[in-house]
Amino acid sequence: MGGIATHHTGQNMANRPLSPHLQIWKWGPHMLVSILHRVSGDGMAIVGLGVLLWWLGALASGPAAYETFHTVMTTPIGYLVLVGLTWAFFTHLCSGLRHFVLDTGAGYELDANRMWSIASVTGAVVLTVAFWAAIFLL
Amino acid sequence: MGNGTSIGRVRGLGSAHTGAHHWLLQRFTAVGNLITLVFLIVSLLTLPNMSYAAVSAWISQPIPAVMMALLVLTTFWHARIGLQVLIEDYVHDSGSRFGVMLALNLAWIGGTVFGLFCIARLALVPVATGGAA
Repeated sequence: MGGIATHHTGQNMANRPLSPHLQIWKWGPHMLVSILHRVSGDGMAIVGLGVLLWWLGALASGPAAYETFHTVMTTPIGYLVLVGLTWAFFTHLCSGLRHFVLDTGAGYELDANRMWSIASVTGAVVLTVAFWAAIFLL
Repeated sequence: MGNGTSIGRVRGLGSAHTGAHHWLLQRFTAVGNLITLVFLIVSLLTLPNMSYAAVSAWISQPIPAVMMALLVLTTFWHARIGLQVLIEDYVHDSGSRFGVMLALNLAWIGGTVFGLFCIARLALVPVATGGAA
């Protein structure tokens, strides 16, 4: 740096273009699937594992505690949480399987990347609907 | 990982020198999650209903109990690694990061042990509560 440039102030640093530039990037399915992977994964880590422990704890505590869990989970809000968690699970599953393919070095061509990104997101919705249809119809 | 050339010393490591281990564990536990959660979903879909009697009778059997214990281990491990990445990306203050990482590790161990204890109790003490087991 020496005599060429003066030290950057915080103001100047803040004015530099930063990446990612969410406001000006053109959104694509690959960005959506990446963000959904993180949101669904961390959502399940915080909410899903909590529900899992409540379920196991209620079972281990006996019929009365299980009845409380069952009652709460069959309210409209309970169903919203459970449907949200199954959507998060299938989303994270599909995008996770996509990551396994990407880990091998395959699927980075623009068309293939776009196609599998869209397939991950839509496939998760289809699986979520299929799961709840099976719960209520079978 | 040889030590003869510059590239050989860093290949597979990265700047943190432990990233490959972390990265691989996330993949190993992801496969564990896939197997155990598919088992859980198929089990839930094939149970006659979600009553206490039906679910507790199912989970007290050896294979469901072991699969659920493995599910707790693999999902909590995977979640711990994933949340660590989230924290490293968004919590920049080193003091706050230390506190959140401490809380994460306590929650990880606490949640895992609680889940395993509940399954063990269901599998080994099936009629302790006097319920319709």
